[in-house]
Amino acid sequence: MAHLEFEKPLVELEARIRELKTASQGVEGIDAEIAELEARAERLQRELYEDLGVWEKVQLSRHPDRPYFLDYLEAIFEDFVELHGDRSFADDPAIVAGFATFEGRSVAVIGHQKGRTTKEKLKRNFGMAHPEGYRKACRLMELADRFSRPVLTFIDTPGAYPGLGAEERGQSEAIGHSLLVMARLRVPVIATVIGEGGSGGALALGVANRVLMLQYSTYSVITPEGCASILWRDGTMGPAAAEQLRMLASNAKDLGVVDDVIEEPVGGAHRDRSLAARNLADRLRVHLAELEAMSAEQRVEDRYAKFRAMGRIA
Amino acid sequence: MANGFTRNKASGDGVPKRTLGEGVFRRCDACGVTAKAEEFVTNLEVCPACGHHFRLSAEGWIDLLLDPGTWEEHDAGLHAVDPLGFVDSKPYAARLVASRKKTGVADAFLSGAGALNGKAVQLGAFMFRFMGGSMGSVVGEKIARLFERGAERREPVILLSSSGGARMQEGVLSLMQMAKTVAALGRLREAGAPFISVLLHPTTGGVAASFALLGDVNLAEPNALIGFAGPRVIEQTIRQTLPEGFQRAEYLLEHGMIDRIVPRREMRATIARVLEHLVG
Repeated sequence: MAHLEFEKPLVELEARIRELKTASQGVEGIDAEIAELEARAERLQRELYEDLGVWEKVQLSRHPDRPYFLDYLEAIFEDFVELHGDRSFADDPAIVAGFATFEGRSVAVIGHQKGRTTKEKLKRNFGMAHPEGYRKACRLMELADRFSRPVLTFIDTPGAYPGLGAEERGQSEAIGHSLLVMARLRVPVIATVIGEGGSGGALALGVANRVLMLQYSTYSVITPEGCASILWRDGTMGPAAAEQLRMLASNAKDLGVVDDVIEEPVGGAHRDRSLAARNLADRLRVHLAELEAMSAEQRVEDRYAKFRAMGRIA
Repeated sequence: MANGFTRNKASGDGVPKRTLGEGVFRRCDACGVTAKAEEFVTNLEVCPACGHHFRLSAEGWIDLLLDPGTWEEHDAGLHAVDPLGFVDSKPYAARLVASRKKTGVADAFLSGAGALNGKAVQLGAFMFRFMGGSMGSVVGEKIARLFERGAERREPVILLSSSGGARMQEGVLSLMQMAKTVAALGRLREAGAPFISVLLHPTTGGVAASFALLGDVNLAEPNALIGFAGPRVIEQTIRQTLPEGFQRAEYLLEHGMIDRIVPRREMRATIARVLEHLVG
C-alpha cells in the first residue's frame, strides 16, 4: 500500500494494531489494549480528514491506491464486453469502452484508465488519451444512441496528452467532436468524475445530463502545476495554484458545474473500496431512473439547458 | 472606415501603434524590411515585402469582410465577473478593469450581424488584445448566442478565432464554455446553416478543442499557430525539439485538419464563394 505524507501517522498506527493483533493471538488481557489503540486510530482518522487542506484533497484525487475506472467497473457492473479501436488509426488504452450490465440493463461504459503498475501506467499513458481515445468514445456513444442504451462515463485524467502524434492526428478536433456528439445524444448520459477531472481531456467525456463527482475528486480547467507554470513560471507552485482554481468537488457544486457530490469513505475511496463503489452505484441508480423516465427530446433539451446556463456574467 | 472602425486605431496586438502619419516607417519583424507604416495599413497588416500576416483587429476584420454600413453589434453589454476570487500577480477583478481600460472593450469577443455580398451573416471575432483572447463566461455566452442567432435565422455563422484558450482565472467555468459553445453549434447544424471557422494566429487550447476546428469549412491564415497544447508544453512533455513548422497552418493543411489556407486579401472572396456553394 502506498500512502501520502499526511496519511503517515494513521498508516503507522494501523500497522501497529495489525502487528499487535498477530503477535497477541491467544494472549489474555490484550484485547483491551487493542481496542484502545483502535479507538485512537479512529479518532486520529476523523481529525485528520475533517480539516484537510485543498492540496491534500488534490493529492487524494491522485492517490496511487485510489480506485480507477476498471475497479468500479468490476464492482458495480456485470457482463462487461470491451470494444476496441477508433476504426481510423488505433486503439487507445488510456480510454476503456464497452457495454456492461448495470442492475439488469445494458449500458455503454466509457472511462479513462490510469494504470496501477509501472508497466500498465505506460501502456495506458497515465490516463492521458490521444485523439483515438476520444474517437473510440464517440463511436461507442453513437452506437449506444442507435440502440437506445444509456451512456455512463467515468472521468479520471490529468488531461489529454500533449504530444506530437496527438497534435498531428487532431487532438483539438477529436475533443471538440466529442463535445458535439455528447451534446446531441438522445439517451440518458451520466458522467462521474472519479479522480482527476483535468481540462478538455476530462470534459470530452463530460457533457452529460447529470454530472457527478466523488467527494475527493477534482475538476479543473488546467492542472495546478500547469497553472503555476503559466502564472509564476514555476510548476512547483501547484499547491498555491490549486487554492486559486477552486477545483474541489465542493467548489464545482457551488459553481453549478456538478449536480451531485458522492460521499467517500472516511479518508478517501481507497480506504474502503467496496463502500465507495456502493455509494457510487446508489447515486447512479437514482439518476439513471430519473433520466429513463424522460423522453429522448426532453433529455436532449435538458442537457442543452444545463450547459447553456453555465458561467457567470454581469 | 465604412463600418465605423478606424484601421489605425484597430491595428496590431493591442499595443497602440505610434501615429501612422506620412513619413513614419515600420519595420517588419519577420523579414526585417522597413516600409512606410501606411503601406502596412493599406495592405491589411500584411508585410508588403514578405507577406507575413500581422494581427488584424476584430474591428479590422469586420471592415474587411462585411458590406459597408451593414454591421450591427450584438450582446455588447456583457461583462465578466470574478466568480472564483482569483488572484495571481494581481486580482482578476483588477485585471479585468485594467484590460478594459487598456483595450477600450468589455471582453475578448466582438459579435454581431451584417451582410457579405448582400447575404445576411452572423459574424464574431476574438479580440486577442483583451487577455490574449481567452474564453471565459462572457466570451462563451457571446459565442453561444451567435450560434443560436444563426440557427434561429438560418444564417451562416462566420467566426474568427485567435485565442490562447480557456481563461484560467474563471477556472472550471471557463472549461464549461467549451461544452456550451459546441452545444450551440449543434443547434446551428440542425438548423441547416453553415459555420465558417476562420483560424487566425494563434488558436490554441480550449478554443481549438471546442468549436474552432468543427467548422463546416475551416479556413486558416498563412503560418497561423493552431493546436491543442502549446509548443512549450509539448517540448517539456516529450523532451525533444519540435520540427520546423509544427502546428502551423501549413502543417494542419497537410495533416487534413483544415480545408484551405487563405491569404488575408482573399479571405472575403473565399468565404463568399464557399457560402455561394453551400447556401447560394
